[in-house]
Amino acid sequence: MDVKSMDRRYFLKITGIAGILAARQAPAFAQGSTLHWVRWVDFIPESDLELKRQMPEAEKALGAKIQFETINANDLQPRITAAVQSGSGADIFNFQYNWPHLYQNAVIDVSEVASALSKAEGGFYEVWAPSCQVNGKWLSVPHSIVGNAVAYRKSWLKEAGASHYPKTWDEARKLFAGLKKKGKPYGQTLGHTFGDAPTFTYPMTWAFGAAETDKSGKKVVLQSKGAVEAVKFMQGFWKECCDEGGLAWDDTNNNRAFHAGEISATLNGASIYIVAKRQKDKIKDEKGEPLFQDIDHAPLPAGPAGGYLLFLNQSHAVMRYSKNPKLAKDFLTWLHKPENYGKWFASQEGYSVGSTHKWENDPMWGKLDEPLKMFRTAARNTRLFGYAGPSTAKATEAFTKYIITDMYAKGVQGMSAEDAVKWAEGELKKVYEA
Amino acid sequence: MKKPIAGGTNGAVVVALPHPGTRRARGLTRFLESERLLASLLLAPTVVLLGTFIAYPFVSGVWLSLSDTSVGNVGHFVGLKNFAKAWDDSIFQQAFRNTFFYTFWATIFKLALGMWLALLLNRSFRGKRLVRASMLLPFIIPTVLSTFAWRWMFDPTFSVLNWLLFRTGFIVNKIPFLSDGVYGMWCAIVVNTWRGMPFFAITLLAGLQTINPDLHEAASLDGANGWQRFWHVTWPLLKPVTLVVVVFSIIQTFSDFQLIYVLTGGGPANATHLLATYAYQVGVATGLLGEGAAISLFMLPVLFVVVWVQLRYLRRLEGA
Repeated sequence: MDVKSMDRRYFLKITGIAGILAARQAPAFAQGSTLHWVRWVDFIPESDLELKRQMPEAEKALGAKIQFETINANDLQPRITAAVQSGSGADIFNFQYNWPHLYQNAVIDVSEVASALSKAEGGFYEVWAPSCQVNGKWLSVPHSIVGNAVAYRKSWLKEAGASHYPKTWDEARKLFAGLKKKGKPYGQTLGHTFGDAPTFTYPMTWAFGAAETDKSGKKVVLQSKGAVEAVKFMQGFWKECCDEGGLAWDDTNNNRAFHAGEISATLNGASIYIVAKRQKDKIKDEKGEPLFQDIDHAPLPAGPAGGYLLFLNQSHAVMRYSKNPKLAKDFLTWLHKPENYGKWFASQEGYSVGSTHKWENDPMWGKLDEPLKMFRTAARNTRLFGYAGPSTAKATEAFTKYIITDMYAKGVQGMSAEDAVKWAEGELKKVYEA
Repeated sequence: MKKPIAGGTNGAVVVALPHPGTRRARGLTRFLESERLLASLLLAPTVVLLGTFIAYPFVSGVWLSLSDTSVGNVGHFVGLKNFAKAWDDSIFQQAFRNTFFYTFWATIFKLALGMWLALLLNRSFRGKRLVRASMLLPFIIPTVLSTFAWRWMFDPTFSVLNWLLFRTGFIVNKIPFLSDGVYGMWCAIVVNTWRGMPFFAITLLAGLQTINPDLHEAASLDGANGWQRFWHVTWPLLKPVTLVVVVFSIIQTFSDFQLIYVLTGGGPANATHLLATYAYQVGVATGLLGEGAAISLFMLPVLFVVVWVQLRYLRRLEGA
């Protein structure tokens, strides 16, 4: 058929417009099927690179354009709030801890994806249901858990007479008091930062037998002998053992201080070790040897009431305003396919563990250095803030206001332990009992 | 006999018929000649802009403060509950006190140092223009960038200032610039002063240059010394400009956000929280939009009083 003989029907057919008119809908690409995904800036930069590398593959598989963006973790909540209130923004946000409770009316039900993932991988860790399920619905898809442990300098502890990392806080106090006198203090932040501060201060509170609320989550029970003892202990530990600059640290300061040989130990994810190993030519100890060889990990010591941990669990939520909810869910399914997730998981080298037990058996663990292997089962034992009650939106409010962290910060700055606890109790009551 | 009409041709009457577009042109002319209509037309863009970017957010903020709106949830009217809750909140009380302290001292320092700098720059010396231009640098650099630089200088572990003071033998132990509440607040005041002083200096310099040198000459001839010339000649003439610049500075400093957010995040233990940073933490980070709006609206009456006093004083000066 030549141009002259081309009729209207033929023209529509070859340009595909007939189909569009018939469907009364633009094809997927023309609908603007772009998916915007926002995650934190990973402490393991190679993992962000891996995700960027995977995006063209995801685009090909899903037939959509995917915009992957990373932002500072402390900016995630402001960004989510702005997006929800304006009704526009990223389709998928990286949630932390129990945020699905806080944003429950701003996200969609992703039970379909989460349940399928759980079923395929033999079940999630216990921490996930109270974190991401609201009224029996999964409001975000569990992704991974950043375990934490105390990274310490083996040789310095040995010099101070410790054959192993202290099992109790009392032992730790004795050990690090000696190290601080030698200019090798313990490093800990008590600043307003999302990770290293609360993952230290909440377990410290639990280790002394104190809790924010009772089991109902409606009655504040912080005012207790345990809480006062915890703050008193921290006052002494801070003065005798810690780098007192920690009051102004964010989540990166302890990494830098450790790599610079300024501190002997600090609570952190595995990133201190992993980065030190990957940059072994740059990050060296005082003898000029690669620093990573002198690093090991241990769990936080136990207090009179035992030893507890608070890990950073990360999930992904699809926002209610998203114009592509199905695509977003399909993308999360694609992301968790073992062949895709596995590559990201391997790049983490133990910094994050999976959301299900399955990843404990990944061959990657066999290839890792000994100091990283303790993270393999880390996710089995983690509590959530809000304890002993459920981890609700109110628990997140108390967490975001840094009430527990500030209780210790006030204590180490001179406020009596009793007054610091009283202050925190008062603030918690305004949150939980209002 | 009929006289030919001026403009006529051969005695014939020529009537000027209206041009087809003339009626419309006359209507437009009448419209433009009407001061009321023209004024409305010219003001319309400004009204739309002010309405969209100032009035609407303000009214919206007031509504939020009277509601229990939280992120993703529709709010219900709760009256003054959010204000009462904030007033009873010890972190709010601390932020409120901090805001006054920070604004007071930062404004005093900016005024004193800005005046001093303006008086120096008002003199003639080689490279005067270059110095004047470079003086504006702290004001030109985006606040976030310059505050990051200060934050690194005050870093608890790697502070170059501590290193310098230690090396020169001035200190034995590190100064806890940002890790102590009191030091942290003074560090914030120093950074605010560093950043805001050029604004004072350049504005006061402009004011100084409007003062007739003959007045100083006359005062000198009468035996007035430098201080007397400043106090009796310069200061009275500079007062209106000073007042305006002080009020602008108070408004900006009282509602400061970026500097504290980057430098300390409100810590340690809320020691440097200002109303703006605390409102942000409660409203945006925690998602309690109603409570956050109420906290930020506490700034309104204070700033309203400041502006009212300024306008009243300026009117009195004009009348004098």
